[in-house]
Amino acid sequence: MNYTLDFTPVIEGLPNLLLACLGTFLLALCGMVLAIVIGIGGVILRDSRFKPLRWLVIGFVEVIRNTPFLVQIFFIYFALPLAGIRLDPTPTAILALGINGGAYAIEIIRGGVQSISKGQMEAGLALGLHKAQVFRFIVLKPALRAIFPSLTSQFVLLTLSTSIASAISAYELTSVSQRIESDSFRSFEVYFTVTLFYLVISWLMMRIFALFSARYFNYPVK
Amino acid sequence: MTQASMTTSAAQAMIAMERVEKWYGAFQALHDINLSVRAGEKIVLCGPSGSGKSTLIRCINHLEAYQKGEIRVGGTVLGHESKTIDAVRREVGMVFQQFNLFPHLTILENCTLAPIRSLGLSKAEAQGRARKLLERVKIAEQAEKYPAQLSGGQQQRVAIARALCMQPKVMLFDEPTSALDPEMVKEVLDTMITLAEEGMTMICVTHEMGFARQVADRVIFMASGAIVEEAPPAEFFTNPRHERTRKFLGEILGRH
Ligand SMILES: Nc1ncnc2c1ncn2[C@@H]1O[C@H](COP(=O)(O)OP(=O)(O)OP(=O)(O)O)[C@@H](O)[C@H]1O
Ligand SMILES: [Mg+2]
Repeated sequence: MNYTLDFTPVIEGLPNLLLACLGTFLLALCGMVLAIVIGIGGVILRDSRFKPLRWLVIGFVEVIRNTPFLVQIFFIYFALPLAGIRLDPTPTAILALGINGGAYAIEIIRGGVQSISKGQMEAGLALGLHKAQVFRFIVLKPALRAIFPSLTSQFVLLTLSTSIASAISAYELTSVSQRIESDSFRSFEVYFTVTLFYLVISWLMMRIFALFSARYFNYPVK
Repeated sequence: MTQASMTTSAAQAMIAMERVEKWYGAFQALHDINLSVRAGEKIVLCGPSGSGKSTLIRCINHLEAYQKGEIRVGGTVLGHESKTIDAVRREVGMVFQQFNLFPHLTILENCTLAPIRSLGLSKAEAQGRARKLLERVKIAEQAEKYPAQLSGGQQQRVAIARALCMQPKVMLFDEPTSALDPEMVKEVLDTMITLAEEGMTMICVTHEMGFARQVADRVIFMASGAIVEEAPPAEFFTNPRHERTRKFLGEILGRH
């Protein structure tokens, strides 16, 4: 093999790459916050007494889980302007990540809610709390705890799928590295480095989730 | 009892159930239940498994909906709309077989959640009330712990204190000692006896016949979703009128 490694373009592009890592990280974080909101909101609506709302949530989950993420991004990016809403690539990517992650989060969190014993809710109701209060103060935290490992892996996936947002040139690691690669033709060096960066970002996300879990779910269980 | 005297006693009753019927789908779980409980009265409800004891007391705070008849608690007619359900649940405390403490809240928080969120007490007021009641069930020093750190008997006493924090007029107990190790049964029964002596109106589903003898004003025996027999404990245990009651007592007392 007479390929000589040359990391010079990578080293020169390092400030850009590191900034892009931050972009990826923030993109993922914003997407997750939105996904959590959609996930919890969706779970509430999914069991609402109003049937059309339930169908809406079921339909939403089905559509999102059975279509490619790339198509979803394009759809949002090109469909919103038709509705008169013009969003930059990065906000579009956050919206797409939130919607996509939210659909999966609905299913995951719903599983958690269903794992909580009926007795917990009955105890809350018997104490005079309303259904919404029972959900908010009694069910939610133990439910999230029960499914937190699944939620973590879903959100690591979400973090990695930020790279798909390079298709609409959102500010993140993959699109920035593509630019460096096409300027330098040092494909291997660039993607080798980017792979390492993604590993670190994933690892960091998992650490954050583990720390959050240790702090927020700090009560003992039998 | 004449029709007239029945109406008066029902009007003054803390709890009145009249011709109550309840179905789970096609299965009728309660048949023509008539029960009137005076303020301060202690009722023990017993009967074989599946006879409808839980269903009956769960209808009183509308954890189960009933389909026919009428239930009144205090002055309130329990309808199916949230207004009367809320009003009744504020007056009625319930203790479950499985304790049902909230695992993510400390003992103190378990006791203050509903008073704060449902009655609108300030945090300080609710905590003051909770600490007093935890004291009364002899568990004050565990206030900052979590449910999983307590024994079953301690957890059930917390569950009693938690219900009392709402200052209910009535307490319902659904087999409160059945999930406990034998050595913890007494501490929970003692707590219930104290509560009874203080004048609480109580309906207890239990097979603790010693408890029934000691505190019950009336023992009610259910079978197949209907009230078969009711009598003061002395009479109930020594002179049961119905064959099914005798058979049930034979089984349950013979066990000991
Ligand atoms: N949610 C439900 N759906 C259908 N049937 C039910 C439901 N809950 C109870 N039942 C039935 O209603 C009947 C009465 O049940 P209930 O739980 O009130 O009995 P119980 O006297 O409390 O019995 P146990 O001593 O086992 O607690 C039983 O036949 C039971 O199978
Ligand atoms: Mg029962």
